[in-house]
Amino acid sequence: MVATIKELSEKQDLLSPGHRLCAGCGASIVVRMILKSSKKPLVVASATGCLEVSTTIYPFTAWRTPFIHSAFENASATISGVIATYDAMKKKGKIKEDINFVCFGGDGSTFDIGLQSLSGAFERGTNFVYVCYDNEAYMNTGIQRSGATPMGAWTTTSEVGKAQAGKRVHRKNMTEIMAAHGGYAAQASPSHWRDLVMKAEKAFEYDGPAFLNVLAPCPRGWRIPTDQTVEFARQAVESKYWPLYEVMEGEHKITYQPKKEIAVSEWLSPQGRFKHLLKDANAPVMTEIQTQIDKEWNRLIKMSGEPT
Amino acid sequence: MSTVKAITGDVAVAEAMRSIEPDVVGVYPITPQTIIVEAYAEYVARGEVQTEFVPAESEHSAISICVGAAAAGARTMTCTSSQGLALMWEVLPIASGMRLPIVMFDVNRAISAPINIHCDHSDTMGARDTGWLQIYSENAQEAYDNFIQAVRIAEHPDVQLPTMVMMDGFVISHAIQRVEVLDDAVVKKFVGERKADYPLLDIDNPVTWGSFDGLGGWFMEFKKDQMQAIENAKQVSLDVAKEYAKISGREYGLFESYKMDDADYAIIVINSTAGTAKTVVDTLREKGVKAGLIKIRMYRPFPASEIVAALNNCKAVAVMDRVPGYVDIGGPLFEDVQVACYQEGVNIPLVNYIYGLGGRDILTSHIESVYSDLETIAKTGKVASPVNYLGIKE
Repeated sequence: MVATIKELSEKQDLLSPGHRLCAGCGASIVVRMILKSSKKPLVVASATGCLEVSTTIYPFTAWRTPFIHSAFENASATISGVIATYDAMKKKGKIKEDINFVCFGGDGSTFDIGLQSLSGAFERGTNFVYVCYDNEAYMNTGIQRSGATPMGAWTTTSEVGKAQAGKRVHRKNMTEIMAAHGGYAAQASPSHWRDLVMKAEKAFEYDGPAFLNVLAPCPRGWRIPTDQTVEFARQAVESKYWPLYEVMEGEHKITYQPKKEIAVSEWLSPQGRFKHLLKDANAPVMTEIQTQIDKEWNRLIKMSGEPT
Repeated sequence: MSTVKAITGDVAVAEAMRSIEPDVVGVYPITPQTIIVEAYAEYVARGEVQTEFVPAESEHSAISICVGAAAAGARTMTCTSSQGLALMWEVLPIASGMRLPIVMFDVNRAISAPINIHCDHSDTMGARDTGWLQIYSENAQEAYDNFIQAVRIAEHPDVQLPTMVMMDGFVISHAIQRVEVLDDAVVKKFVGERKADYPLLDIDNPVTWGSFDGLGGWFMEFKKDQMQAIENAKQVSLDVAKEYAKISGREYGLFESYKMDDADYAIIVINSTAGTAKTVVDTLREKGVKAGLIKIRMYRPFPASEIVAALNNCKAVAVMDRVPGYVDIGGPLFEDVQVACYQEGVNIPLVNYIYGLGGRDILTSHIESVYSDLETIAKTGKVASPVNYLGIKE
């Protein structure tokens, strides 16, 4: 049974206020929801990134639960070591409590530099939840393109000019990559909190590696107002840019069906990072993005056995 | 209390690991270290050890697993060689900066390119300034003894630093030697249990590991503390060696002085070549040449003043580097010895020999030529060529 919003609000935040993430940061909303979804004590690992640098400025910490950071690409390996210790200590009777383990990484550390260590940890059957707070670029270093940056998006390393209209290629399908490892993988959004909490609870309860790819709008990088974070996350879902679905050991299931047809351009247009796509000359890029989204949605429909 | 076995260097290290029985081993295979991983995997499969054995998908992850495990409170070990250590490099200063007493065995092997699986010291010499302690071993027995002692040194409250122990690839790792192996119970009693400060898994007392520390923080103070801890390791290693002598009958110093009391000519050397060189010293001594040798054991911390004191009465000294220095003032050991002599105000003629790269054979005739050069240098008072190569094909 998924926790009610009242129950969630009564639970202490393990990420305390006073951290130094930006106003309107999607990551902090996502992280707090996921921390609240664990029914057991939590040990947290994080990759280098916005979340880590903004919550652990020595000698302060925003974490009310054990937290470890080592480097950018090795969060999954780091938590593997923590869990190996937990297993060793449990066998020896030195630890009595049941603990959940969660690892947070941005899209840079998940899609790109940390993909190998993440894949290794999943292949070894490590019992943890990996959460990618996907803000679709290297935001901590100042908005550079990542493997998660969508086609057409402006970043400081996928610039807009005469020769190109932002990023030239599509993002990689990270959720499917992780689903292919055979455990639990899901895509979620902070706008659909009940769906997100349900998936997080399922991930924590799953006996094995679980992956959550959660959209985390970044007002700085997306060039959107800081009070519109959740709205932009919602529109991403409604336009089918960010389908909400899960894959349990190979079985696909769409967990939310958008009510009406919304073109992706409606979601893209108000974002500063896509403003160049409104020019006529870049219309083919806009069309290509829509085509790709339709293709992916149809694939998911097919995979989940939903009526078309 | 001990058993004499005929085993390779790699197996000797695996035997030490089995007796220590760390909580967590995170590891990745690479020649010529692979036999250690394989042997340990066998102990795990046979249920002889309770260790959580994590076969990582790379050395970068292997050492990262060790960081997580050690922070969580585990006694943690790994082993590697060459490219493996190079791939770990990013995490090495993280392990030392977080003051995690991980113990690693590195079987010395050349660094690519050209790719070469044989011995030289370019892997660990490239990691000498990462805040890890470095202990080198001449043979399988020393590798075994050093590895056990490393646990106590690394975990000592005055040290709390990761430690790597080395031996030469193939020459030692794959050669069967006589090794006295202590009983498991003796080793277990010697190493005791790890008492971790602020373990991550203490959920009632949550701590944050791996904080961000920017301008206005404590970065320099952390580093100064680390440097002090490295210095502390000198005395700690000597204290541990005394205790180890009680259970093994073998006592180790920061370095070994071989026939140095009245030596006119000395060479300073690391690892297995010391064995070859000692036979040359013996031969020269029979001929009346006052030859001596210093074999480095503890390279980080570097026993600078102690080495200079041991060299003080020499007429000329040769420093042997099994690593290309890539700088025309000589290899890393040569640089360290030069600086040490300068700081102590000792002006002995010093000469550097680069040797044995990529497993190139080092023969007694090579060592003899070094002592012969030293006699010339002493006579003329001149070092004609400060940096030289031994055994190079012309």
